[in-house]
Parts: sequence; C-alpha cells; structure tokens
Amino acid sequence: MNGRSDTPNKSILAVANALRWEIGEGLHDSVTADLYREAERIAGVVTARSGKGQRLDLDRILDRILTSRAFGFPTMFLLLALVFWLTIEGANVPSALLSTLLVDQGHPFLKSLSAAFGVPWWVSGPLVDGTYLAMAWVVSVMLPPMAIFFPLFTLLEDFGYLPRVAFNLDFLFRKAGAHGKQALTMAMGYGCNAAGIVSTRIIDSPRERLIAILTNNFALCNGRWPTQILIASIFIGVLAPPYLAGAVSALAVVAVVLLGIAFTFLVSWMLSRTILRGTASTFSLELPPYRPPRILHTLYTSLIDRTLIVLWRAVVWAAPAGLVIWLVSNISIGGVSLAAHVVQSLDPLGLLIGLNGIILLAYVIAIPANEIVIPTLLMLTVLFHGIADVGTGAGVLFELDSPAAVADLLHAGGWTLLTGINLMLFSLLHNPCSTTLYTIYRETGSVKWTLLSALIPLVIGFTVCFFVAQVWRIVVGV
Amino acid sequence: MTRTEIEQCEICPANPNAKLLHLGAKIDGSDHIVALAGNPNVGKSTIFNQLTGLRQHTGNWPGKTVTRAEGAYVYDGKRYKVIDLPGTYSLLSTSTDEEIARDFILFGRPDVTVVVVDGTRIARNLNLVLQILDITDRLVVNVNLVDEAKRVGLSIDGRALARELGVPVVLTAARTGEGIPHLLHEIANLASGKVFTKPFRFVTTSKHVQRGVEQLSQLIQKAYPAIPNTRWIALRLLEGDQSIIDAIRHGELGLLATTGRRDEHVAVEGAGDERTQ
Repeated sequence: MNGRSDTPNKSILAVANALRWEIGEGLHDSVTADLYREAERIAGVVTARSGKGQRLDLDRILDRILTSRAFGFPTMFLLLALVFWLTIEGANVPSALLSTLLVDQGHPFLKSLSAAFGVPWWVSGPLVDGTYLAMAWVVSVMLPPMAIFFPLFTLLEDFGYLPRVAFNLDFLFRKAGAHGKQALTMAMGYGCNAAGIVSTRIIDSPRERLIAILTNNFALCNGRWPTQILIASIFIGVLAPPYLAGAVSALAVVAVVLLGIAFTFLVSWMLSRTILRGTASTFSLELPPYRPPRILHTLYTSLIDRTLIVLWRAVVWAAPAGLVIWLVSNISIGGVSLAAHVVQSLDPLGLLIGLNGIILLAYVIAIPANEIVIPTLLMLTVLFHGIADVGTGAGVLFELDSPAAVADLLHAGGWTLLTGINLMLFSLLHNPCSTTLYTIYRETGSVKWTLLSALIPLVIGFTVCFFVAQVWRIVVGV
Repeated sequence: MTRTEIEQCEICPANPNAKLLHLGAKIDGSDHIVALAGNPNVGKSTIFNQLTGLRQHTGNWPGKTVTRAEGAYVYDGKRYKVIDLPGTYSLLSTSTDEEIARDFILFGRPDVTVVVVDGTRIARNLNLVLQILDITDRLVVNVNLVDEAKRVGLSIDGRALARELGVPVVLTAARTGEGIPHLLHEIANLASGKVFTKPFRFVTTSKHVQRGVEQLSQLIQKAYPAIPNTRWIALRLLEGDQSIIDAIRHGELGLLATTGRRDEHVAVEGAGDERTQ
C-alpha cells in the first residue's frame, strides 16, 4: 500500500501469534466481560428509573399470550385467517370497479380510438388487445387485494409481532436442523421471495443460510395470492352457503399457507440430513417492545414501498406476456396456432397430474412473474376451447365482471374441483419466478444451488399433484 | 399567516430546519459522509428517513436492514451523504450483515459515525458504542426512543453520558422527529471540525492482555504511524480476528492510515453492495 516491504507486517503477525499463545484462550471472554462491566457502569451513571413503567407490564402480558405454548399457535392461525378474510371480502367491490373502468370502458375506447386513427390490426392487436388488456387485468385483479393485505401485514410488523412468530416457530426450525431466524426470512418471503432471499443475510452460518434460501419459495409470495384467492373463491367458496363463502375461501388459502410452512420444515429437515448436514446453531433473538403502529404512516409506506413496487413489476411483466400470448395465439403453423400445438403436447402430462396443458403453458409464460398466471390461463382457455360470446377474438385478454363468470368459463374449459385444488397446490409448489432465481444466483454465486432451488419445489409440485389426482380419481371416481 | 411571513420563518436563523434540505436519493458530490450504526431495531432507518427525507420502509424487528441504504441531505450549505448500515450487536463480524457494517466503519472511514442507541436498553447498546469508540473518534452517540424510555419510567442524562464517553450525545424520538435538528447540528459541528472529541477508551483489567496490547500496538504504530486506532487492531489480532490478519497480510491496513478527508471512491466502495427490493 504505502510502498513498505512485507517485513513489518510479517513481524507484527508473528508477535501477535506468539502473544496469543501466551495469553491463552480466555482473552475473548475477559475482554467481553470488561466491555459489559464498563457498559453497565456507564448506564448506571446516566439513567434513572422513576416509578414503575406501565407499558412493560402490558408488553409482558401480551407476550405471555402471543408466545405461550397453548395460545401462541392458535393466535397466529387466527390472525393469518383474519388478514386473508379481510383481504378477500374487501377486495371484491374495488376489483369490480377497476375492471369496469379499465377493461369494460378503457379497452373499447382504445379500440375505437385506434380505429379512428386508422391503425392497422397487426399493430392495434398486439398493443391494445395483448399488452393493454394484460396490464389492465393485472391492475384490476391485483391492486385491491394488495392495497388491503400489505397495510394489514405492515401494521402487524410495526406492532412487533413478527419476532414473536419467529420465537414461536424456533423450536420447529431447530428440530428441522435449520436456523430460528429462518422464520423471519420466511415472513419476508410472504411479501416477495426475492426480498426473502436477500434477508437471509441475517443468518450467520452458510449451511443454515442455504437451507433458508432453498426453502424460501414455500412462503407464498404476493404474486401468487391473487391466484389462490380467486381459485379458492370460485371452486371452494361456492361449496359453502353464501354467507360463509368468504370465510371458507380464506380458510382454504390459510390451509395452503400452512401446507407451505409444513413443506418448509420437511425440506429443511431433509436438506440438513443429506446434502447440508450439520447441527443448528444457537442465536439470541431480541423480542422488541410492542409499539403502537402509526396508522397513516404505515398506510403510506406500505402503499409506496410494497403495493406500488410489486404492482409496477406485475404491470411491467404483464405487458410483454400479453404480447407473447397474442403472438402464440395468432401465429399459426399448418393452420393451427402455436399455442394449440404446445397445449396439445402438454395436455397428457397436465391431465395425469390433475391439471391440464393450458395450466402448464401458463406457468411457462409466467416464469418472469407469477402475477400473470390467471390472465394467461383465462385467455388460453377461451382460445383453445373456442368458447364464443366472451372476448373479442384470438389472443384477446378479455373482461370478466365477476368470479362467477370466471367460474362458468373454467367449467366450460373442462375444469373440475380437482383442477382448482391442484392449481392451488401447484401455485404453491413450483419453481420460483425468474427474479427470485436471479437473486438466488447472486446471493449464492452458484449455478448448482440456483438449479436446485428451482428443481426441489417443481419435483415436489408434480409429485403432490399426481398423488392428489390419483387419490381423487379413486375416491370421487371422476 | 401570510405567504411572506411563512417564507421569512423558513429562512430565519432561529429555525433549525431552515438550514436543512432533504436530497433523498440524490447522493452525488457530497462534502461529508455520515454512517449510521447501532444495534438492530433501535430506529436507524427511522433516523435515516428523518435526515434524508426518504421513506425507506421501517419495521419493528431486528434484521430489517441487511444491506446498505444511501441517501443525502444539505445542511447549512454542505452536502452530506448518509449510509444506513445493518444493525449489529458487536463488531466481531460473524455474519454478512455485521461484516458490511464493520468494514464500512473501518475501511470506508466516514467523516462522522452516528451510533444510534436504544434509550430503553442503554447498558446492552453501550457495548457496541464502546467498541466503535475504539475504532473512531468521529462519533456522535444518538440515544433514540427517549419517548419510549419515558413511558417505561426511564430518564436519561445526555450530558452525563457525553461526559463519560467524551463524544457528543443527542437525545431523539425519531418517530416524531424530536431532537433531529440537534442531531443535524452535532453532525455538522463534528464534520467541519468545530468540535473535538476525547473518546473514552476502555482498558482491560487483565494485566496479561494489557501488556500484549501495549507491545503489539507499538509495533503497529511503528509500521503505520498514521493509524489512529492501533490499540484496537492489536486487540483484534490477539483475538485472532481473521479479517484483520488478512488486512495486515495484504497491506490493506494502510488504508486506515490517513485521517481526515480521503478519496471518495474508497468510501463509496467500502462494502460494495446495492439495495435489493
């Protein structure tokens, strides 16, 4: 650096080495003890305690309930169910409004506008029927649930509930051979798996960090909720009487979330006994004081930081996806569209695992963003089954005013309750989106772990769907 | 109030905010670099938002910030770049987030380091403060969450703490913005050299260790006369800290040698990591 030879550096290291032997092992402990004593002394000088604090007692009472052995898990379950129920019930009306505005009115308006300016069909088709409609669909389907879910989640976070969840789940993670802080990175994964992967930096041991990275995908990310919520309401909610439909759908989504947590433990356990062998390391987790959330501030930051960023990503990816859908539907080989070729070749595999070729193709198109699975599915279903009266032509993402209309369409496309259930399962258990995969590659710097993180959930997804389909066909006989 | 009255208030020297201009994420060309360090979950990100006008998401749990966030503000005509470091309990760097924080304070050499301290857990937080005091003397201790401390019946004597530590101490309740003007003022004083610190350096009780530190720090002093914190480096060497051993072996220790202003690039590339959403 400053032109010196290595000699003084070497002698410093040599002396340090010799002294280290002389002083022995107790050095770290004695220095730490000195530090703590000094810190205690200073703290004693500068702080004064006046009377008994009210809030500490309240904190203790809350902690006794929220982290108790008996009530910890039930409260966690109830809070989760409540958040989903509010999201499902609350999102219906604004979703319909947005859909009317952007799709029912916006789309014909743009069509007539492009007609008025004499725009040729091969320009207005991909742009208005493909790109615009895909984006409009994503906004009307995703914005309302996200605008409700994220603030609720953020309120819980600001209140200080997340570390309590980590505390509750710690013993399970330890049993699985993983790090207790994985509960926190998993919680981040519910927002976005890519963010969850980055947050695994809080885990010290590389082994446990890899486990957390490989299993983060089992935390259902926001891109997959619209799928879960919609499918749950049109296939499972309808099984219950109308006044219970919302609650039953919410419970179905909670069940999928819990299944994801179960797979997190199972896969962590398997990894820590095979390719990532080792024991769980100890750590100390601070339970921060409960803080009254500042509602308005939380609304603002969760809207800006989470809702809009996530929505923007969805819109950005929906645009090219809409274009691709329009293209594969309108480019024909031998009189049959490209989409039809692919769907036909995927159909046998899809039906074997209780899904269908359209769903598999949709998941291929949606690799950049899970958010666009549903619009892609609907469009392909209309196209492939030649259902009339909906939509306005090949490759047009169309408008559907209500979940009931979506249900009619899917039933016409040959969907059954099994297809719905398996789609919910497959939405939980499939490869992470390309952003997440790239993040995994950047954090681990390894192609091997990146591939593995895509293959593990994919293999599990195919296996689970296959078994559910076989059992279903034996029991229900369809 | 009329419009002109408001304008006059904004430029009145008695209004501390008159000197402050949030720059958000516009971080180019700064005069001073300020690092925010502290234990996890003490409100560093909230302080960061208050200084820069950014609205980075804050959460009530340890480990929220795992990467560095950067922002900027102008105060009294000078541009400050603020770096929000991940929260750490110590500087022993056992995980990636701790390493990012330590490497930046060590090798990035910010003009001012602000250690944010949880007012309700002074004793535990002071461990880190004492460790950072051993590395740098350009330190402002910011006791945050004083509103929460008051609620649990704790009162904190900022002046006594400043006397004990030998560095400026500012009490804040960042969630409401209380004390932020004072913090801005102290940062500016330290950065411009208007204020000098006499940092408290803790001494180990073990005679063995004391002798070892003495001997080793003399050697380091001779090899690198400009390094201000030889005692700390000696102690880290005695503990067998691999990254310090590597720094000496590869000659990176020389980076610590110059005090005062250094090349902007060194500071910016300190821990080399951008924020990921």
